[in-house]
Amino acid sequence: MSTETLHTTPLHALHLELGARMVPFAGYDMPVQYPLGVMKEHLHSREQAGLFDVSHMGQIRLTGSEAAKALESLVPVDIIDLPVGMQRYAMFTNEQGGILDDLMVANLGNDTLFLVVNAACKDQDLAHLRKHIGSQCEIQPLFEERALLALQGPAAVKVLARLAPEVAGMTFMQFTRVQLLGVDCYVSRSGYTGEDGFEISVPAANADALARRLLAEPEVAPIGLGARDSLRLEAGLCLYGHDMNAQTTPIEASLLWAISKVRRADGARAGGFPGAERIFAQQHDGVARKRVGLLPQERTPVREDAEIVDEAGSVIGRVCSGGFGPTLSAPVAMGYLDAAHAALDTPVWAIVRGKRVAMKVSKMPFVAQRYYRG
Amino acid sequence: MSELRFTEDHEWLRAEADGSVTVGITAFAQNALGDVVYVQLPELQQYEKGAEASTVESVKAASGVYMPLDGEVVAVNENLESSPELVNEDPLGEGWFFRFIPADANAVGQLLDQNAYDRLIKANADA
Repeated sequence: MSTETLHTTPLHALHLELGARMVPFAGYDMPVQYPLGVMKEHLHSREQAGLFDVSHMGQIRLTGSEAAKALESLVPVDIIDLPVGMQRYAMFTNEQGGILDDLMVANLGNDTLFLVVNAACKDQDLAHLRKHIGSQCEIQPLFEERALLALQGPAAVKVLARLAPEVAGMTFMQFTRVQLLGVDCYVSRSGYTGEDGFEISVPAANADALARRLLAEPEVAPIGLGARDSLRLEAGLCLYGHDMNAQTTPIEASLLWAISKVRRADGARAGGFPGAERIFAQQHDGVARKRVGLLPQERTPVREDAEIVDEAGSVIGRVCSGGFGPTLSAPVAMGYLDAAHAALDTPVWAIVRGKRVAMKVSKMPFVAQRYYRG
Repeated sequence: MSELRFTEDHEWLRAEADGSVTVGITAFAQNALGDVVYVQLPELQQYEKGAEASTVESVKAASGVYMPLDGEVVAVNENLESSPELVNEDPLGEGWFFRFIPADANAVGQLLDQNAYDRLIKANADA
C-alpha cells in the first residue's frame, strides 16, 4: 500500500528519523517497531519507560450541561457521576448489545467531556454521537487538532514529573490539564500496557517537540505498535475488532466489570443504553460463549483465528488474540470459548498448522497490572 | 567451509564435507521477520522441494521455511527449541535450522550464489 493513501500523525517525520519500520494501521502509516525490535521495546516498557504515538486514535470533546446525560444514553457506564478530573472506561453498544467501540471518557469540568476512541472506529463513532446526541450537546472532533502520546512504564512518572512536577500526585485514571513545555496538555494517568503511565493529549503543532523532549530522557525509548500489542495482551486488555466487535456483548467479552453498578438491572439508573435488555438477560441467564485467557502449554505461539477444540476434537471456540509474551517469555492468547469449557484451568487445544497445541484456560491479566493507586 | 548458496525465499545453504547440506535463513530474512520466538523444526524424513519443512514464528507472524531441494532431513538444530533467538543473533552460524541429504548432489551448485542473492536483495529494496 502506498503511503500516499494513508494518513500520517504529527510524529511521522520523527518515526522515520528514528528508523521505524512503518506499516498501514487503521488508515495511518504507523511505526510497528523501531531498530530496538519488538521484544526489547516490550521489555523496556516494563522496566523503564516507553513512548508511544497513539495520535491515530480519535479525540472528541463533548460540551454542554446535558453532555453527561446524553452520553449515558449510549454507554452502560456512569457518566453523570463521573467526578471532575477522572477518566472511565466505556463502550458504545448497539441495539443487540454488541460493542460498537470501546473508549475512554474523562470529565474536564465545566460541562466538558473528553473522549478517546479507536482509530478504525472514529468516523463511525463521530457519526453515531451526532446522530443520537447531536442535539443535546456540542460534539467537537479533535482528530487533526491534537496528537496523543502515551508514556508507559515504571519510570514514566519520574520522567514526566521533570516537565510537570504535579503529575506525580495523580493516581490511576485521574485526568488533568497540565502545562508541558509551556503548552496546554491533557494528561491522564492511564494507558494500555498494564504499567503505570500517562496518556498525553497535546496540540498537533507541539507534539513533535514534546516527543523529542521525552525521548531525550535516558529512561525513555520509542515503542511501536508491535510491542503495544504484546503489552496489552499480557495485561489482558481487549483490542477492538479482535477481542470484541458489534457481534459481541460486554457480557460475552467478560467486561461486566466495566458496566457501572448504577446502570445495571438493579441499579438506580438501570438501563437506558442500547441493548440493555439483552445485556441484562445475558447477565442473568448466562452466555453461550465468553472471552477467556488462554496459556499455550508449549512454546508454539497460537494466533488469532486458530480453532479451539475439546479432547474429543469438537470445535468449542476460536482464538481472538494471540502471540508471544516477552515478559512471560511464553506464548499468550485470548479466545472465545463455549461456556461449558470456559472455567479456569480447563484443558483445551488449539489447531496450529494442522496439529494440536495444548492450552489451559487461564486468569487474566497474564502479567500483574502495576497501576499507581496512591 | 564451502561458499554459501541461496534461495529466493531467503534461505542459505552450505554443502558440508560429509555430503549433507546445512540450511538456515539469511540475515535479511531474520531482520525482516523481527524477533524469533519459536521454530518448528522439520521431521527427519524425505521432503520434496518447496514443501514447508519448518516454520519460524516471530513476534509478528508465522513464516514457512521451505525445502530448497528434494532431499532427506538428517539433523535439526535442537538448540533452537530452547533458544530461538539464535536465528536473530547468528543466522548464518548457530542459528542454522536443519541438514539434509539432497537427492541430486549437484543441484546445490545451481542455486543463487552470493552475488546473485545480493542483487535480489537490492532489487527488493529498490522495488
